[in-house]
Amino acid sequence: MARVGLVVVSHSRPLAEAAVALAQQMLPGRDVPIEVAAGTEDGGLGTDAVAISAAITAADAGDGVVVLMDLGSAVLSAETALELIEDDLRDRVVLSAAPLVEGLIGAAVVAGGGADRDRVAAEALLGLAPKQAHLG
Amino acid sequence: MSVADTGAFAAWVQEFARSVAEHKDDLTALDSAIGDADHGANMDRGMSAAVAALAEKSPADPAALLKLVGMTLVSKVGGASGPLYGTFFLRMSGALGPEDADDESVGRAFRAGLDGVIARGKAEAGDKTMLDALIPACDALDAALTAGQPLDAALAAAAAAARAGRDATVPLVARKGRASYLGERSAGHQDPGATSTALLLDAAASTLAGG
Repeated sequence: MARVGLVVVSHSRPLAEAAVALAQQMLPGRDVPIEVAAGTEDGGLGTDAVAISAAITAADAGDGVVVLMDLGSAVLSAETALELIEDDLRDRVVLSAAPLVEGLIGAAVVAGGGADRDRVAAEALLGLAPKQAHLG
Repeated sequence: MSVADTGAFAAWVQEFARSVAEHKDDLTALDSAIGDADHGANMDRGMSAAVAALAEKSPADPAALLKLVGMTLVSKVGGASGPLYGTFFLRMSGALGPEDADDESVGRAFRAGLDGVIARGKAEAGDKTMLDALIPACDALDAALTAGQPLDAALAAAAAAARAGRDATVPLVARKGRASYLGERSAGHQDPGATSTALLLDAAASTLAGG
């Protein structure tokens, strides 16, 4: 069974932690490594490529990592973080274009079920589908 | 031919940090018109951290110095200018060897930095970004060096081109970054990123060729 790690990148630490709390609700008794890299060192709004690279490294248990992020510098910092990690780990990381909250919840549920990295990443991208189907 | 040594690169970084601090409120005012009002504070935080890192670690050569500045910026700035300016300095570092940089090496390093910013931000000329100052600056630098001008004159030409590029962002409609959310309403404002890039080139012109 694969154990895919997740990383949440946001400008805001409270936003990231709340998104993780929402996802954890869907994971009773399941162990999915979810790391947060969010906010500036002084508690302000911003992203930090070095912190993201550390979070990716911490979240990897050998089966790779899917990174969910909010907007703007979160995307650029996540791409920069890929340049700061080891080559073999980089090949196991997917930066997801999914919306942060919906993507994270979808990814967490299938990761908790032992899906592999490609399946977790695909599920994240489908995160908007239930909302779109409901609203028509 | 002049040579840019570690001290010249350190002076450049310190002068850029000083200039960013001086213009911090102006940069933030420009960013509040079309962005998220943090460019001045973010760049000031990042460049202050970069100057502190140089003082603490005393890097031994230009490549090590530029790498330290780049790593500090990708970590400490917070906004998109962190990975963009950080990548600029990291790519410059990668283009230089451990030795002092001659004129040609300085030109090559600026070009490598520019290519890094383009790759990172995926923006083009005319998108109302820092590239609208950086692209003409690198083109002017290359042209002057190819024509055999000394480094100080070439950097002065690059800085003038960056300022002209900055001024030319005013009528543009933003196609990248937070300002792009505003669409047509972004026209009529000077781009904050192009403004800080003009400061970067002004700082280079007054320091990098030595004194």
